[in-house]
Amino acid sequence: MKKLAKWRLFSLLALMALILSGCGKPYLSTLQPAGEVAQRQYDLMQLSTIIMVGVIAVVTIIFLIVVFRFKRKDEQIPKQVEGSHKLEIIWTVIPILLLLVLAVPTVIETFRLADVSAMDEVNEDGKTDALVINVRASLYWWEFEYPNEEIVTSQELVVPTDQRVYFNLKASDVKHSFWIPSVGGKMDTNTDNINKFWLQFDSKGAEKANELFYGKCAELCGPSHALMDFKVRAISSDEFDQWVASMQGIEEPVQPETALAQEGQELFNQSCIGCHAITPNNASPEAARVAPNLTDFADRAYVAGILENNEENIKKWLEDPETLKPGNKMSGTYGELTPKQIDALTAYLMELKVKE
Amino acid sequence: MSTYAQKKGFGATVWDYLTTVDHKKIAVLYLIAGGFFFVVGGLEAMFIRIQLAVPNSDFVSAGMYNQILTMHGTTMIFLAAMPLLFGFMNAIMPLQIGARDVAFPFINALGFWLFFFGGVFLNLSWFLGGAPDAGWTSYASLSLASEGHGIDFYLLGLQISGAGTLMGGINFLVTIINMRAPGMTYMRMPLFTWTTFVASALILFAFPPLTVGIFLLMFDRLFGSNFFVTAAGGNTIIWEHLFWIFGHPEVYILVLPAFGIFSEIIPVFSRKRLFGYSSMVFATVLIGFLGFMVWAHHMFTVGLGPIANAIFAVATMAIAVPTGIKIFNWLFTMWGGSIKFTTPMYYAVAFIPSFLMGGVTGVMLASAAADYQYHDTYFVVAHFHYVIVGGVVFAILAGTAFYWPKMFGTMLNETLGKITFWLFFIGFHLTFFIQHFLGLWGMPRRIFTFLEGQGLETGNFVSTVGAFFMAAATVVLVINIIITTVKNEKVGNDPWGDGRTLEWAIPSPPPFYNFKQLPLVRGLDPLWIEKMEGKKGMTPAEPLGDIHMPNASFIPFVISFGLFVAAFGAMYRLDYGWGLPVLIIGLLITFGSMFLRSVKDDHGFHIHKEELIDEDDKGVKA
Repeated sequence: MKKLAKWRLFSLLALMALILSGCGKPYLSTLQPAGEVAQRQYDLMQLSTIIMVGVIAVVTIIFLIVVFRFKRKDEQIPKQVEGSHKLEIIWTVIPILLLLVLAVPTVIETFRLADVSAMDEVNEDGKTDALVINVRASLYWWEFEYPNEEIVTSQELVVPTDQRVYFNLKASDVKHSFWIPSVGGKMDTNTDNINKFWLQFDSKGAEKANELFYGKCAELCGPSHALMDFKVRAISSDEFDQWVASMQGIEEPVQPETALAQEGQELFNQSCIGCHAITPNNASPEAARVAPNLTDFADRAYVAGILENNEENIKKWLEDPETLKPGNKMSGTYGELTPKQIDALTAYLMELKVKE
Repeated sequence: MSTYAQKKGFGATVWDYLTTVDHKKIAVLYLIAGGFFFVVGGLEAMFIRIQLAVPNSDFVSAGMYNQILTMHGTTMIFLAAMPLLFGFMNAIMPLQIGARDVAFPFINALGFWLFFFGGVFLNLSWFLGGAPDAGWTSYASLSLASEGHGIDFYLLGLQISGAGTLMGGINFLVTIINMRAPGMTYMRMPLFTWTTFVASALILFAFPPLTVGIFLLMFDRLFGSNFFVTAAGGNTIIWEHLFWIFGHPEVYILVLPAFGIFSEIIPVFSRKRLFGYSSMVFATVLIGFLGFMVWAHHMFTVGLGPIANAIFAVATMAIAVPTGIKIFNWLFTMWGGSIKFTTPMYYAVAFIPSFLMGGVTGVMLASAAADYQYHDTYFVVAHFHYVIVGGVVFAILAGTAFYWPKMFGTMLNETLGKITFWLFFIGFHLTFFIQHFLGLWGMPRRIFTFLEGQGLETGNFVSTVGAFFMAAATVVLVINIIITTVKNEKVGNDPWGDGRTLEWAIPSPPPFYNFKQLPLVRGLDPLWIEKMEGKKGMTPAEPLGDIHMPNASFIPFVISFGLFVAAFGAMYRLDYGWGLPVLIIGLLITFGSMFLRSVKDDHGFHIHKEELIDEDDKGVKA
């Protein structure tokens, strides 16, 4: 008996786990929408799922009746039926009606989600009132440029919650696709043109996700396509304004404090700085920005978009980026680093903060 | 009884198959080659699932994974599913319309050898520096950036095998239009013939865009043109359009013949004529037509704008209507019938709910605004596997069991067949159902690994377990085929007992001229009509006479081999000095043998009336 009770408890727990995991993680799942776009898409999903489950139910009932009732019992030849106009009209017209129920909201939402007119409304300064972010995807990292604020950051998108954020999307090498599952469906970053769309980040959803959403590349782009992740820090608009101000405040590279970090800075300035900028202004042309901007590196939650940002992982990354992200463009651009050099660089990188 | 085949040695049999123009032997070749590639593609699938069983797996490397996923898709679509269906079309369709062969037997052989050499060429990439790695869609920016020769193998291999497919399609069209037996009007044609007809028409219109796309990409990669090079004013979106203008009808090229196979199986084992035959035909044609109007639903996230997206969304939803008609017609064929649950019928019955699942997720995907979430995630992976495995592969497995006696004269073992079915059915749902949720939980497709802590572990593990069930099912099927072939217990004309169409009126396997006298067709399900009137076979439509047959030829093999050689030359032209000469030699072989074919008269041969009567006598004695 005791054994049985244990099993019952176990299966109950398993069921609970299944239900809880049934919606995925709040920072990654489309089933836990954390923004207007994702919510509208979730509603469409629900509507279509309800219609489709209804269709499946009807077919299943007929199916089960047929399979169980009309099993061969004797060798009699059944009546040969040609068809039935009435039935055929029924199963032509009803699906059409059901599809109309889905088609109308689909068309409405498709137009609503494509409405980026706010991006064209320019004020006296030649800037938009709306927050616009230029996203540029490269093998295998993301750059986020805030043209109105004149700052550039990488790998970690910072956005204010509860307002629409508009995006210009493009790719610099091959095609990628920009996707933040729990905030809203994706759009491709093409090599040919700039795509525009908008997202809105819910403060409540952000809270559930610990203010950090996961972003993904959704278009096969090479060996490390699976690892081309980015993160989204969704904060209140006050915090966002603060962040922008402190980013804008950095006109010269942040000066390290410890001796080790200063050593690291020297190393950085000899080699890394050729590709990695450490100031947020965007004076240099896009083509020259060939690697992630590291201005606020130490504030970011992840290294290279995939590893938790801590000393150990930074060292791992510097030592052997190829194993961690196969085919990335940093591998092989610098000679082998001594452990001391890695320590120094790590110390330096860990001091690249803009947050107070 | 003809003992001709048994007397021949192994070498002679091989030569016979290398030179054959007989549609039934070409069908066997398609089944063997398609079956081989199906196993190869299946192994690639197993590598994919093993790699994704646990997070951060290093079973295969990132670059290798992309090659495997590309080859899995390309192999399964072009080298397994289509050839296997072509095998059934070749074996059965001419019999169903009461023809002695296809319209162009020589071109039929040429089509097969082109497909075969194209497929071999593509797979040789594994041994010659790496397979293509840009996905079966081979989007231009990635495929142009891909190093090595992988993509070149893809382009040249598909170009060669695609030419073969196009020839096959045209051949079937001409056959069905011109070679129907007396009385076989269009509206008396069996559904499998109808779906072959519509699928062939789709091939005729869908393969040229693919050919053009591949041609442009080939020139970009091998001959320095700039069609898709953005920096030089090219445009990669054009590739996406060209590919999907082909790619979407391709789905229907696969699934319509699958519908056809089930539309044959269900009436036979329900002992009831197909419910709503004319609406089934109408639905088939309509699906074929709409199939060309919806390609951009693969491109909702490309940024075509809301107008294009809305139009293509609604057009895509419309396809659900004729497909729904089909589902209900199958159900109501069984309704009131007398259903015998044989292996083929197991697949047919299981197909209905399985395919329905793929169909309804298709409608969900059509909803453009919601598709922004599904696109390029595992939800899509789940959807198209439900359609292609739940529809096409189920049909191929069902067709194998159903037509095996007609093609080879022996019955596959029913018990093993049902074991295969259950393993495959359970494995299929276990593998792919959970993938809908993986996609919704945020898992993009085509990723070589996933990280811990994103809630994707359990789902992926379950999916991998399911894949092993399907692998086991395939092993049982192979064992079944071997046992059946070794036992070689011969069966009669109509081994299932309830055959309705013409192919069941002639011996299994049929003689090489199929019909001694062309049959007179008096309605839909002609054999059934005769049976119901108490007759044993078809009434002949002509007196016994000489039969004109085509000669065997080795030229199709040589023409295809020449292109195979030329492809190596084209690919290595820039790397090695021998490239250009080999390209020229290959083309000379091809065009030389075409020239030979043109100038040499080949009138075929006649089987004389007396020989046919002789065989009758022998048959009585045996």
